[in-house]
Amino acid sequence: MSQETPLTRDIPDQGEPLDLAGYEQAGGYGALRKAVDEMGPEAVIQAVKDSKLRGRGGAGFPTGMKWGFMPRGDDAPERKYLIANADEMEPGTFKDRLLMEGNPHQFVESLVISAYAMGTQTAYIFLRDAYRLCRRRLQRAIDEARAAGYVGENVLGSGFDVEIHIHASAGRYICGEETALINALEGRRATPRDKPPFPQQAGLWGWPTIVNNVETLCNVPHIVARGPEWFRNLSHTENGGTKLYGVSGRVNRPGCWELPMGATLRELVDEHAGGMREGYRFRGCLPGGGSTPFLTGEHLDLGLDFDAVEEAGSRLGTGSVVVLDDRTSLMGFLRNLELFYARESCGWCTPCRDGLPWVARLLGALEAGEGRAQDIDVLEMHTRFLGPGRTFCAHAPGAMGPLQSALKHFPDDFRAGVRESELAEVS
Amino acid sequence: MLSDEERQEIEAELPHYEDAGALSVDALKIVQRHRGWVDDDGLADCAEILDLSVHELEGVATFYNLIFRKPVGRHVMLLCDSISCWVCGYDALCGRLQERLGVPLGGTTGDDRFTLLPMNCLGNCDHAPTLMIDDDLYDDVTPEQVDDLLKEYA
Repeated sequence: MSQETPLTRDIPDQGEPLDLAGYEQAGGYGALRKAVDEMGPEAVIQAVKDSKLRGRGGAGFPTGMKWGFMPRGDDAPERKYLIANADEMEPGTFKDRLLMEGNPHQFVESLVISAYAMGTQTAYIFLRDAYRLCRRRLQRAIDEARAAGYVGENVLGSGFDVEIHIHASAGRYICGEETALINALEGRRATPRDKPPFPQQAGLWGWPTIVNNVETLCNVPHIVARGPEWFRNLSHTENGGTKLYGVSGRVNRPGCWELPMGATLRELVDEHAGGMREGYRFRGCLPGGGSTPFLTGEHLDLGLDFDAVEEAGSRLGTGSVVVLDDRTSLMGFLRNLELFYARESCGWCTPCRDGLPWVARLLGALEAGEGRAQDIDVLEMHTRFLGPGRTFCAHAPGAMGPLQSALKHFPDDFRAGVRESELAEVS
Repeated sequence: MLSDEERQEIEAELPHYEDAGALSVDALKIVQRHRGWVDDDGLADCAEILDLSVHELEGVATFYNLIFRKPVGRHVMLLCDSISCWVCGYDALCGRLQERLGVPLGGTTGDDRFTLLPMNCLGNCDHAPTLMIDDDLYDDVTPEQVDDLLKEYA
């Protein structure tokens, strides 16, 4: 059976993406037409619910349920906002860039349909500053779509108005956290907000706001065009759809591929990424970006979806696999990750601001073979003190994922970093 | 004083947001695009037209990695130091760049040609190690390519 790849089918191997005419020729904006002519907002939301689409930004929250929290009808507040989270910065993740650069109109269509479903008249694309080619291509697509009547006033004669603005940020990983993103869009420091209220109740400038990841949104036109059942059947598992999986590290052909949800790690690493580079062996991997706990060789045949990876003690995250090989220092690998999280902490709460640099320094000492006997215990303590429920947002708990799983799966690597004179004291 | 151009560009963004304060990052980036960096006067003038206190805007300016509150070189080099690039040869590339430019990370060359900055994951992990110079993204960069790469930027 040939596998369908709706998200990437129209992305050229290289060169310019489809322009408006090319996109329309490939069936583009047909889903929008169907949504406004035949379905109406409620049916679009129901289709997304029935599709079992789950958020592709990392948390995997059911998209239809999230949409359902947005107030609708006559009693709804006069303004509502849709924000596309295009602040892709999770270490090892390079999928949303592919979607935005490779088929900008698909993304624009997804925004218009989603805005229509939720009755939001303004959609923001919160784009990281370094994605400059994305910005140029998206702006061109928005302008073309506006000229053709897909964006702006009275979209396709439906009476529905929508404007799309690109907000190019100025760098900071924490902007990907949805409440921090809202603060950033309001022009403030990107510190997270307390929840509740959730953004769907009181988000951007206090109005109901929905924040969705780029890949999540790009699924919407296909769900609308082909139906939720078709979408569910794309997947090998109960989580609907395809997934953009990536592999990076010392493999032969690093890359990003759209596969049925539930593809195995072995399939990704051996088949699509062409196996490990000569002289390197697979030791483990972060299955979904820098803040997901390690999987190891015993998980190679695990079908990667949200539920299965969680059962195995990690998270599907962004589906972007970072491979740890046998010749890379695990202490260095972890030190690099934790230094990233230390640098990117917004500094709002103490465990994160003070704990992460400490963790990074201890890992640096272990990497250099200069660790002290008590360092391993101190690291273990941090995985608890910076864990879920101890900090204001998920930044520090995410940072602890790789560390606590490495302590579990690879304890000897930590011991090997302790000074020889103190090894006897390691508990 | 903001130039007419700077002021016009900032005002053109205004209708996109509910209040002027939301323009803080945009306004700082506009000033930076014209001046290369955000000087104290530029910051104070932005604060005034956005109806923010200078300190509030300074808090925003210093929060974001890519707002420069010190002068930078003519070309800004963003060297990805996140995990995939680190695994695939970041250390050697970073070492060569620092040696050829004669500056540490965060430094600007004496001739104001380059500023070398560490950068978080550039989303180009299938072509690690990677770096950006101005708007240009480079794939699979080796230390041996550094000399030719630098020649491209006067």
